[in-house]
Amino acid sequence: MTGMNTDLIKLSAAEIAGRIARGEVTAVEVAEAHLARIEAVDEKVHAFLHVDREGALAAAREVDAKRERGETLGPLAGVPVALKDIFTTEGIPTTVGSKILEGWIPPYDATVTRRLKEADVVILGKTNMDEFAMGSSTENSAYGPTGNPWDLTRVPGGSGGGSSASLAAYEAPLALGTDTGGSIRQPAAVTGTVGVKPTYGGVSRYGMVAFSSSLDQGGPCARTVLDAALLHSVIAGHDEMDSTSIDQPVPDVVEAARNGEVRGLRIGIVKEFRGEGYQAGVMQRFDESVELLRELGAEIVELSCPSFTKALAAYYLIAPSECSSNLARFDAMRYGLRVGDDGTHSAETVTALTREAGFGDEVKRRVMLGTYALSSGYYDAYYGSAQKVRTLIARDFEKAFEQVDVVVSPTTPTTAFPIGERADDPVAMYLADLCTIPSNLAGNSAMSLPCGLAPEDGLPVGLQIMAPAMADDRLYRVGAAVEAALEARWGHPLLEEAPSL
Amino acid sequence: MPGISREEVAHLAKLARLELKGEELDHFAGQLDDIIGAVAAVSDVADEDVPPTSHPLPLTNVMRPDEVRPSLTAQQALSGAPAQEQQRFKVPQILGEEA
Repeated sequence: MTGMNTDLIKLSAAEIAGRIARGEVTAVEVAEAHLARIEAVDEKVHAFLHVDREGALAAAREVDAKRERGETLGPLAGVPVALKDIFTTEGIPTTVGSKILEGWIPPYDATVTRRLKEADVVILGKTNMDEFAMGSSTENSAYGPTGNPWDLTRVPGGSGGGSSASLAAYEAPLALGTDTGGSIRQPAAVTGTVGVKPTYGGVSRYGMVAFSSSLDQGGPCARTVLDAALLHSVIAGHDEMDSTSIDQPVPDVVEAARNGEVRGLRIGIVKEFRGEGYQAGVMQRFDESVELLRELGAEIVELSCPSFTKALAAYYLIAPSECSSNLARFDAMRYGLRVGDDGTHSAETVTALTREAGFGDEVKRRVMLGTYALSSGYYDAYYGSAQKVRTLIARDFEKAFEQVDVVVSPTTPTTAFPIGERADDPVAMYLADLCTIPSNLAGNSAMSLPCGLAPEDGLPVGLQIMAPAMADDRLYRVGAAVEAALEARWGHPLLEEAPSL
Repeated sequence: MPGISREEVAHLAKLARLELKGEELDHFAGQLDDIIGAVAAVSDVADEDVPPTSHPLPLTNVMRPDEVRPSLTAQQALSGAPAQEQQRFKVPQILGEEA
């Protein structure tokens, strides 16, 4: 690889877009540098399920042609992006990490896909994920696990581990994720990258394969806070194709990211987010981050959110319940896999044989758990109670945001764990989502950004920032200030400390 | 809260249209039992007078104008079908012999 190409893959999205707009580099050169990087390292990392080389180069050529014609380019024109394989892409395979959709070519684009194309962003391909976004390690992918670029024997988080790994491996400067219980933020935390779950309803769910519809939210993944903001502003906003899309202006996240500041802000810390199960080095870096915020001029307020201790339990009833209903569409009749259609089996038997062959263990567990929680006799005790907990969590957030502007916590209790360690222990796996789930249940916005390496294992730790619904700009204002202060202290971005692949 | 038996897993699998194998029934029974044990904490609030939340946004019906718009062609809609015939989804027999 040439020196110039090595430079290109390490640039931020903002810098790449600037260089393309100024004519210092072509979009085709940028795409080729990233495709070459994928070619060189993805055999080890396995961040991608599908690389669309021809499509990426064609999109890049179109950006260069537009520039030559003197047309105005958008703020991310020509910047490559890695798309989680949960967003439909017309003419390009979309599997959701599942055998049941192996080889499926969607006949339409998700709204997120369409907006990326309209912004002249160059889609490199589709990234690996836990099947149907159910998981915290990407080990539940039917196509094999993804390695964490910091240590390929460890998980890159999940469900969006392909997206987070693609950023940390410099295969793409931007990626898309979806966050139902932490699937953008936890992968960001364990790979030393940035991930944002926008306010529920902030980014359209049209064409995003549904897991748990009242929780699922697409959002941006990047290596810097500003890059995440630029991507956020491209994909967010009202969409009449999604009836849960918020019909209000998108908060000015780019302005906020360009003007990081915490002076005078009140920042809450939740006393329930520490104790048993939290790794010492994670808490050390978190406590140092809180001290940093204080030094930067924020007022720190200790809060109690007692219902947060029941969030995990409520989530693992609500999400499986909604998924058991959503995944009923995989019936082997209209698209996807069909097994056992031998002329003697009934449609119902073919459906059951297909789902048995096409779904992995975690999907089966959750579909059955949801079926159980919704069945008569158990509905009130389980699903009904979980919905009450959801109300209590929203009330805890309301009370918190009466006292503070944002709340901070560790993103996830531990650093990246070894591949295989929790693969067949669902309850241990679920603990990775302890701190991220409350924001999914309440629907508010939240971000994870790197705050250091845990001293005991040298692996990245994430700082989570939570803001009220439709105050996503606060995440970026605080995140940009923390990022600038930490990088000044370290002398470089955290990711520079990752081993070269 | 009651535990979950192998027979209950078999029943759930039937309801969920999953043709599970025998060894899966044993494997999942233990795991589902663990998960249900871990989530049972929600029942602490079962008797509390708290309104349920099903969705983070206070939405009522969202309507759109009743007008014709471009949509998928029949060919596009059928493009992923496991089997098709005469521009329709072809499905196995609906009324099974075993029913």
